[in-house]
Amino acid sequence: MDYAVETQGLTRSFGPLVAVDAIDLQVPRGTIFGFLGPNGAGKTTTIRLLLGLLEPTAGSARVLGYDTQTQADRIRQHSGALLEHSGIYERLSAEDNLEFYGRVWHIPAGERKARIKELLTHLGLWERRKEIAGSWSRGMKQKLAVARALLHRPSLVFLDEPTAGLDPVAAAALRDDLAALVAEEGVTVFLTTHNLAEAEKLCRLIGVIRQGRLLAIGSPDSLRSSVMHPRLEITGRGFNEQVIAAIKARPEVASLQAQDGHLIIDLRANLEVAPLVSLLVNAGVEIEEVCKQKASLEEAFLTLMEMEK
Amino acid sequence: MIADIVTIAWKEYKDFLLQRGGRGMLTSLALMVVVFGVFLPLQSGRSWVESPVSLVSWVWLPLFLVTGMIADSFAGERERHTLETLLASRLSDRAILLGKMAAAIGYALGMTVLFLIVGLITVNVTNWDGQLLLYPAASLVAMLGFGGLAAVLVAGLGVLVSLRAATVRQAAQSLSVGILILVWVPFMIMLFLPRDVQQRLLAILQTLDTRLIVAVLLVALLVLDTVVVGLAMVRFQRTRLILD
Repeated sequence: MDYAVETQGLTRSFGPLVAVDAIDLQVPRGTIFGFLGPNGAGKTTTIRLLLGLLEPTAGSARVLGYDTQTQADRIRQHSGALLEHSGIYERLSAEDNLEFYGRVWHIPAGERKARIKELLTHLGLWERRKEIAGSWSRGMKQKLAVARALLHRPSLVFLDEPTAGLDPVAAAALRDDLAALVAEEGVTVFLTTHNLAEAEKLCRLIGVIRQGRLLAIGSPDSLRSSVMHPRLEITGRGFNEQVIAAIKARPEVASLQAQDGHLIIDLRANLEVAPLVSLLVNAGVEIEEVCKQKASLEEAFLTLMEMEK
Repeated sequence: MIADIVTIAWKEYKDFLLQRGGRGMLTSLALMVVVFGVFLPLQSGRSWVESPVSLVSWVWLPLFLVTGMIADSFAGERERHTLETLLASRLSDRAILLGKMAAAIGYALGMTVLFLIVGLITVNVTNWDGQLLLYPAASLVAMLGFGGLAAVLVAGLGVLVSLRAATVRQAAQSLSVGILILVWVPFMIMLFLPRDVQQRLLAILQTLDTRLIVAVLLVALLVLDTVVVGLAMVRFQRTRLILD
């Protein structure tokens, strides 16, 4: 498999503090990877290590096939970044901000103009391109920073909490724009966030980090099922002791609670529930509703955090 | 590399000129042109152009102009949270450093040349007697040579100060104090030396060849420039800046 990001025992310490602790990570190309963790978990330090802005204390990393310690300039050449701060030059106009970075990436003048227009139009900022960026709202500045990160059509984009500090409407708008742009451009995205809904909506692969250690990695579904099993809630009439005992005896049932016409069944794995429903129907139970619930990513995340305490 | 240096300088000029909303900065620049290109030449009259000493005594001017811009270079980027994004770009450390220095030196020398041209026009217009007055060539070359090399020195020192300073204000203050010491301390020492020591020193200076003194000073400045710019290059490393 071709990986955009691959780390082996990547470690970075600041004195006694281990900010990133022996991380092994593989992010396939073309993936939107979400790096989840609470504040101070080591997300930003990991991005800095991957961009070659910091040197690891131990371990190694390859980004787009380049070594972060010896070929960092190549990595930066093919990457875009929206870091902790938007990095927008507030005295310059929006257009000049992109013009500057277009020149930095040696985009020819004609192509540069067309690309700036394409991105600003897509983000709804074209009409306001001549305005001084410092006069804009935080949401607009973040959108401009996203445009800057994608300007040179990078193979990989690092987005460090792109919606942090935005109001819910601005955050949702930026998320939608981001999803559309990323789908259009086909880039690999390395997204750090502590917004779980954002990660759930955007990411195909998620890594959870806490105190510098990678706790889990997988798709949102696999993360949910790895830490919490699916739950079945059945509403109906006729849940007698015999029926409950029969259900409890099933191998797929981990635990069962019966309360006022409700059966709440915790399943051992994400298995078919039809045999359980058939069993109840055959036993004479009148079923009104069957609801199969999965743990949310938030529940999975919190469980992981608790497990590590 | 050259294209990258030019790109950084382009951004520096835009960013610098758009301070205080753009208009405020242009007013400040216009005011400087009025003072150094019109008012002072009017006060001095023909000697502004004809006296070799008058011209060379303005060597300090580019130093102060460099200070204004170079203090903002890295401390400003750090203060406004734009430095890390710049460091995450494809630009090399050297291109960023030299681009910022080139912008400051270019601004200082450009403004100095502008003052000299406007001053020349002012003196010629107000003292016109049918003959064009021109600066003595040797003084002009010495002034621009010393001014240019001194500007490089201050730009290099400015980078070192700006890299360490937490704010632009702190960087500007440290640099201004440093230049004041550099420029005025030798004069003050001379003033407070016993009269006989002063006379002996002057007698020694008078026996020396002026061209030799100028050459020695230029070489000394060049060596200092090389050392300071070298130090700035060693100090300017992404991995260290991020930790700062």
